[in-house]
Amino acid sequence: MAIFSVYVVNKAGGLIYQYDNHVPRTEVEKTFSFPLDLVLKIHDEKVVVSFGQRDGIRVGHAVLSINGVDVNGKNTSEGKEILEYLKDPANYPVSIKFGRARLSSNEKLMLASMFHSLFAIGSQLSPEVGSSGIEMLETDAFKLHCFQTLTGIKFIVLADPRQTGIDALLRKIYEIYSDFALKNPFYSLEMPIRCELFDQNLKGSLEVAEKAATFGPVS
Amino acid sequence: MTVHNLYIFDRNGTCLHYGEWNRKKQAGISKDEEFKLMYGMSFSIRSFVSKMSPLDMKDGFMTFQTSRYKLHYYETPTGLKIIMNTDLGVPNSRDILHQIYSTLYVEYIVKNPLCALGDTLQSELFNSRLDSFVRALPFFSARAA
Repeated sequence: MAIFSVYVVNKAGGLIYQYDNHVPRTEVEKTFSFPLDLVLKIHDEKVVVSFGQRDGIRVGHAVLSINGVDVNGKNTSEGKEILEYLKDPANYPVSIKFGRARLSSNEKLMLASMFHSLFAIGSQLSPEVGSSGIEMLETDAFKLHCFQTLTGIKFIVLADPRQTGIDALLRKIYEIYSDFALKNPFYSLEMPIRCELFDQNLKGSLEVAEKAATFGPVS
Repeated sequence: MTVHNLYIFDRNGTCLHYGEWNRKKQAGISKDEEFKLMYGMSFSIRSFVSKMSPLDMKDGFMTFQTSRYKLHYYETPTGLKIIMNTDLGVPNSRDILHQIYSTLYVEYIVKNPLCALGDTLQSELFNSRLDSFVRALPFFSARAA
């Protein structure tokens, strides 16, 4: 059971807060000889596996480090292109670490506004009258829960599919937001939340929600 | 419990089939536009989900629900997408969508040499079989729950 991350999106679709609570690391390091038996390609300024799965390396995994040194986007730490580096037999054997690419803060902003419009389309395509937007989205790896307040702020929680008590947690986060972000005299509406008390309280309630399978009623 | 409607898309985004049973609200746009919007939404959700996921996924996106309805999504490795909207009480019906694919689409469309793939499904037989299949679902009748 785990709660993966929390997103807060303002009514215009801008990401104003993001917190990664539990990021499962799936990293595999392996030594390869020439030629490489994986097909790599550049995608979004990262080198990712496009074909060939073996020993825990999956399609979509990105190159994280080469010979123990972290890569820098699509370049090695020395600034050479990774794909060029791996074409040269002189550089083998080489040890490459693969894993799921971490989201950059830009990507998080993009995904948040993407969800904002998906939420709206979900309600427009409804076959029933008076439908809200997407409240829960389920995949085999995680469940996304979204709670939209009357003022249009969306609280989004990504959690394990089996995690319970998320509805209560979302309302608790709303309460924390009202208490610590909105009552902060230095906070301007719709802007990113940078407030220590908000962080602390959010972390606290995530811990409580993770421990108790059923989160108690909001006090 | 009830089934609202069902969309079948091919891998290029063409709407092959649309069936409607208990739909109370229309989208307010032409059907053509609606199919594009639906396909676009499912396409974006797939990409959203694959980036958002903290773990590697097998099936990927399966369902979402709003306050009034639940959308079930099923995609075959060849890119055929089946989307069914039901009310909230219906449990995960991946196997039912798979059944629509394997016992109806493959049997009456793929095995019919006169059905051009990638075009709107014209087969009378397919349409009537799909209709009776959906009507026979245990959660079909409007107020069975």
